[in-house]
Amino acid sequence: MVPTSFYVFLAALLFTIGAVTVLVRRNTLIIYMGIELMLNAANLAFVAFARQFGDVSGQLFVFFVITVAAAEVAVGLAIIVTIFHTKRSVDIDALRELRG
Amino acid sequence: MSLMVLFIVMGAVALVAAMGVLLARNAVYAALFLVLNMLALAVLFLSLGAPFLAMIQVTVYAGAVMVLFLFVVMLLGAERLAEEGGPLAWQRPLALLLGGTLLGTLTWMVFVQARGLGRIVPPPEDYATPQQLALQLFREYLLPFEVTSVLLLVAMLGALVMVQLRRRGAGS
Repeated sequence: MVPTSFYVFLAALLFTIGAVTVLVRRNTLIIYMGIELMLNAANLAFVAFARQFGDVSGQLFVFFVITVAAAEVAVGLAIIVTIFHTKRSVDIDALRELRG
Repeated sequence: MSLMVLFIVMGAVALVAAMGVLLARNAVYAALFLVLNMLALAVLFLSLGAPFLAMIQVTVYAGAVMVLFLFVVMLLGAERLAEEGGPLAWQRPLALLLGGTLLGTLTWMVFVQARGLGRIVPPPEDYATPQQLALQLFREYLLPFEVTSVLLLVAMLGALVMVQLRRRGAGS
């Protein structure tokens, strides 16, 4: 069987790519996709550890993460569309009104 | 052995798809790369003895959440922003440096600190059947289950309120 650490390392790689996506890109929607990438990486780590310890709770947590991610995507995309209604752009650098 | 080959192939697909999300200029391509990534992860879930979760991932995550994403991407025009420059261009090398630090720390944690996490006992025959998941879910995790149903209700109401605000803002 494939060692758990391989799966967790793959999850770490995916998480890093998601984090760099959030930091580097300017398109709000692609930043949001980076967040989803990080959530998926965490899901993979959860399932790998569930198999390692023979505990199904890890898979249940993935269930909850997917549910919360679905709710978050619904609200977040509604917010993005509302912002687009005013700003006419999905450039994250265009949201500068609150800067100090 | 074949499980290792499957892991390597699907892991490579997932990584290439994630790099596609990072590097794609067009937001539609990035969304489709993310769908590919989620499908590769669903196969990995299957290899980890989580068939129910793999189907949930394909149906709910790749099949509903990403479709919602694509709806919004196509609604908002998916403009091709010039990713270079902009007012915060100095943050890009810093972001790559921080990403490298994160990756190095995680690699060290997984392979050095945790010593590869020890032996895996092959899981029992009824490891992650829907019956087992349901038994755990509705006994140990009943409260989080109810709370997530409230969360979904709140999310639905939140999205509706956003639409109302926009409509009222456009009317006034």
